[in-house]
Order: sequence, then C-alpha cells, then structure tokens
Amino acid sequence: MRRIKAINQKAARIEQYVEGERATAAQAAAEVGHEPDVELDVVGLESSAPDGPRIPFGCTLMFSPGWETDSGGGTAGLCQPVERDLFDCHLGCFWPAQVPDQLNNAGDWTSKCAAAQKDWRKLDLVFP
Amino acid sequence: MSTRFAAREYHAVEAEGLRFLYLVPSAAVFCADAAASAVLDRLQVGPDTLDGLEGALAGRFAATDVRAALSDLMEVRAVGPEGAGPEPMPVEAPPEGIPLKTMVLNVTSKCNLGCTYCYEYGDDRVVEAGTMPRFMDEATARQSVDFMLGEAGVGERCHLTFFGGETLLNFKLLQSTLTYAKDRAAEEGKRVDFSLTTNGTLLKPEIIEWLAASDVGVTISIDGPREVQDKLRVFNNGKGSYDEVVPKVRELLKRHTSRPVGARVTLTKANLDIIGTFRHLTEDIGFFEVGFAPVTTAEGRDYAIEGDAYWHMLAQFEELAWEWLEHAVQGRHHGFSNVGETIEEIHKGFSKSHPCGAGVGMMGVSTDGNLGLCHRFAGSEEHRFGNVTDGVDREKQVKFMEEHHVAYKPDCHSCWARPLCAGGCYHEAHTRYGTTNAPNLHYCDWIRSWTDTCLRVYAALAVRNPDYLKHFEH
Repeated sequence: MRRIKAINQKAARIEQYVEGERATAAQAAAEVGHEPDVELDVVGLESSAPDGPRIPFGCTLMFSPGWETDSGGGTAGLCQPVERDLFDCHLGCFWPAQVPDQLNNAGDWTSKCAAAQKDWRKLDLVFP
Repeated sequence: MSTRFAAREYHAVEAEGLRFLYLVPSAAVFCADAAASAVLDRLQVGPDTLDGLEGALAGRFAATDVRAALSDLMEVRAVGPEGAGPEPMPVEAPPEGIPLKTMVLNVTSKCNLGCTYCYEYGDDRVVEAGTMPRFMDEATARQSVDFMLGEAGVGERCHLTFFGGETLLNFKLLQSTLTYAKDRAAEEGKRVDFSLTTNGTLLKPEIIEWLAASDVGVTISIDGPREVQDKLRVFNNGKGSYDEVVPKVRELLKRHTSRPVGARVTLTKANLDIIGTFRHLTEDIGFFEVGFAPVTTAEGRDYAIEGDAYWHMLAQFEELAWEWLEHAVQGRHHGFSNVGETIEEIHKGFSKSHPCGAGVGMMGVSTDGNLGLCHRFAGSEEHRFGNVTDGVDREKQVKFMEEHHVAYKPDCHSCWARPLCAGGCYHEAHTRYGTTNAPNLHYCDWIRSWTDTCLRVYAALAVRNPDYLKHFEH
C-alpha cells in the first residue's frame, strides 16, 4: 500500500491480505482488459463478492421464515416472533417492509438490541 | 450516481509529527501519509464522492494521490461506502477445546493482614471466607494439577499460580504441589511455570531459598512507602506491615535473581502518589517492575477513587508512560508494567470478544477444589464452572461465554477502545453493578484516555525505535 503503512502485527496481516487480493484483481483485470476501479462494483443482493458461494441478503435463503403467517393463517405459530422478522427486514433486507424510520423518528430503536435472537424483546413499538 | 464515501470507525493519534490510525474493530495500526490524512480529515466533515474529494484537495494533492489514498483506506476499512454501517460483530462462543493455560490455585482462604479495601474479605467480598475450608488439602491440590495437565491441550507449557488469602500460610502445600506438578508434567512431556503472589510478611530464609531454587515467579502485594503501607496494609491488630515486609523483600531480591520480582500496588483514594511510590519500590527497594491497579470497589466506599482523583491518577500514569518510552527508545528496561502490557496488546493487534481469558484459558480453584471463573470468584457458587475432580461444566461455560460476548454490550458498540477493553473486568462489574454482564461504564473515559496515551507511546516508539517492539513478539 502506498499511502498508509502497517505499524503493528495485525496491520501487517491485513496489508498482506490486501496485497494478495489486489494481485488477484489485477490479474483478473488484465484478463478482461481493463483496470480495477476504486468505485464499487454493482453487487446487488450480495453482502460481498467472495470467492465462495454467493449468498443473497434477506430471508429468502436464511433460516428466517417469512413474516407472513403461520400454517393456520395467524401469527401465533410462527417459529420466530414477529419482532425478530421485523428486525431482519430493517437490518439486512432490501425488501421495503414497514419498519421504524431510524433516520428521523426512531433513531434509537435498535440501540438496546445488540443481537436480535437474544434481545428482540427490547425492540418496542414506535408511536408516531 | 457515483458512490459517496464515509469514514468508518477509527481513532487517530499524532506522534512524532505523523498521523496514526487505530482501526476498529480490527485493532490494526497504520501510519497515514499526508494525502491519506487529508482524505480522512475531509471525510470527517461529511461523506463525499471521489470527484468531490479530488476537487476539495486539488490544490494540495494530485488526483492520483487522492485516489490511491482512498483506495488504501477502503481496503483496510478505515473508509467505506456511505451507510455501510459498522462492521458486523459475529457472536461466536470460543471454540471448544481452548487449552487451559493458567490455573490459579487458592491454597488458603486465610490472611494474616486486614487491609480494609480487600476484595476477598472487605465489604465487597463475593464469598464469605468463613464458608470455605481455610486451607486446601494435599489431595485437592494434586487433583487440581492433574486437572490442569488434562486441560492444558497440546501446548508444551502451562502456568500454575499459587494464590490466597496469604499464599505462604500454606507453604507446606506449595512445596509438595510444586514437586508433584513437576513430576507429573515431566511424565506428560509438558512444562509447568510456577508463580505466586504474597504480601511478603511470611518470607523467611528457607522460603526464599525454595522460591529461588524452584524458579518460582514472585509478585509482592505492597502499597508503597512506609506511611502508605502502614496505613493500608495492616495486621489484624492494626499494626502496619512495612517493617515486617521490606527487609524480607530485600533479602528475596538479593537471593532470587533467576526471575524478575514484581510489585503490585492497589491504588485507593488514600495513596495516589503514584510516581513517589514507583520510585520508592524500584529505586529504594529494587523491584524489577511495578504494576498499579485501582481498587475494585462498589460506589461510595471511602477508599474508592472517584471524580478528579481518577484524572490525578491518570496524569501520573501518563508521566510514567512517557518515561517508559524514553527508556524503550534507548533500549532500556523501565519498570512501569501497566504500559508494557497495553503496548503488547496494541502491537499484536488484539481485538477481544471478551475482556479476558477467565473461564476459558484461565481459571481459579477454590480451597475445596471448585473451579471459579477466576481466582477472584473462586468459591462463588454462582460463578462455579465445575470442579477439579469432575471437570469443567461445559454447558455453563459455553453459556457464560456467549452471554458475555462484547456483542451483547450495546454500550460498548460505539467505543473505539472496545478491541482492548471489551467492557472490562468481570469482577469489577460484579462489584459495581452486581453482575458480570455489565460493561464497566464508570471508567470508560479513563480507559479511553489511557488507551489513547498508550497508542501515542506505541506510535512514537514505532518511529523512534521499532526494533524494541520485537520484545513483544514472543
């Protein structure tokens, strides 16, 4: 790296990793004939562009059964509480679900919810 | 629309005229050049596009430099696309089979001193000392050694620390346990490293001889010059212990030279002349190193360090830290051990999921052979993780580790010092808030300030004498 220099051991490991990634990217770029770009590539529905399997965001492939209804048409039998699903929509999903507006009205809605599977009870209703 | 970039979590310090970045949560330390610093300064004002950055810095840096700086900062995640949010914090219990590297054996629950601030017998005690056997017996000690060797994993070394009460009240057990542990370790192709903490009152020639000959690391709990020691570290009849302890420590220092002997000072409101204490213990008495720890206390105890006193303490820590740096630059040892420990963690880039290894790589054993989270909890039913005969209660251990992950401390999530602190000492939290789960919010400012000092010292050392950092690479 040209503009920042690794000082501690952790930084040296990160630098080594980054250099490796860059070499791979440069090689790939050479093959397709253009330079790697600092601007982000389009990676829709992905958390990153890893070498491994590409996993879409959201509830489609994760164990996070929909927030629709249970087999009886109600919500009582959902295997996760509705707040948990709501939180998933809010946090990781592209789907425009109706979740609290954290930018304007409910800035601290999730501040006590560090991890949904444990803290979902701390997600409260939001009254406009 | 082109991507807008924003600064992510980091803490910047200046040293030797350069800018250093402590990245969170990776705990990597990078030195940024002028272009990278300018990009970060600009992004502190608000998110911007590449074009915007190039335009804003056009008079000072070529577009290619800005681009390269942004690229580097992106790669190490000091900068990210706007709205990228914090790095996800995976909650993973420590993998099974983490070896037990340090076991602290509470060989007695009795003490011949009566220090008011004591966490074991004072107002903030976790366990009623009277409910415990006063002395660990031979069989329990042997089982503890067997347990430790069984849990020590494939590594060759493990560490056994004798603790109390006053450790030397059970000197006979120390002798037999050390011999037994050495023999058993040899059978298993392992090496046990021994150490103990004592108040020094019971040191006598034959004990000193044994400590030296057996290569036992010794830490002396001592609070400082005569007037301090005699006020705080007193016998049960109120008599001060300075004259009992210091001549014996001098004898120990004379004879025991194979391993450095350290002093461990408890700081209270009544003894905050840290520099004076440091000089006395290192220069007048001859300790190799001195570590200071503020007393663990519930709020409002009359010995508690509170308010301005904390900053007074910190200012002196800082002064000693800069002194430490000047020594390190010249390749010399300086005995202020608090700074050395933090510098090592910074250099290695520790990013902790838990504040310490208690309950996993380190455990305490009570006099009756129960396994405690650490020595400070040994004997507490609530913090018991099994016993040395039946082994570790894995279910309880895993549950504890999951519940105490820093991911479950939302208060810590906006703090740049969390890779090193992770909420702080379980025992401190238990004493202050009644639960090991709580982050130690009463000393956040102090931890951040001290970590900032250590980062500046570290960065200065990395510029002025980087070779010295090899000391921390073992």
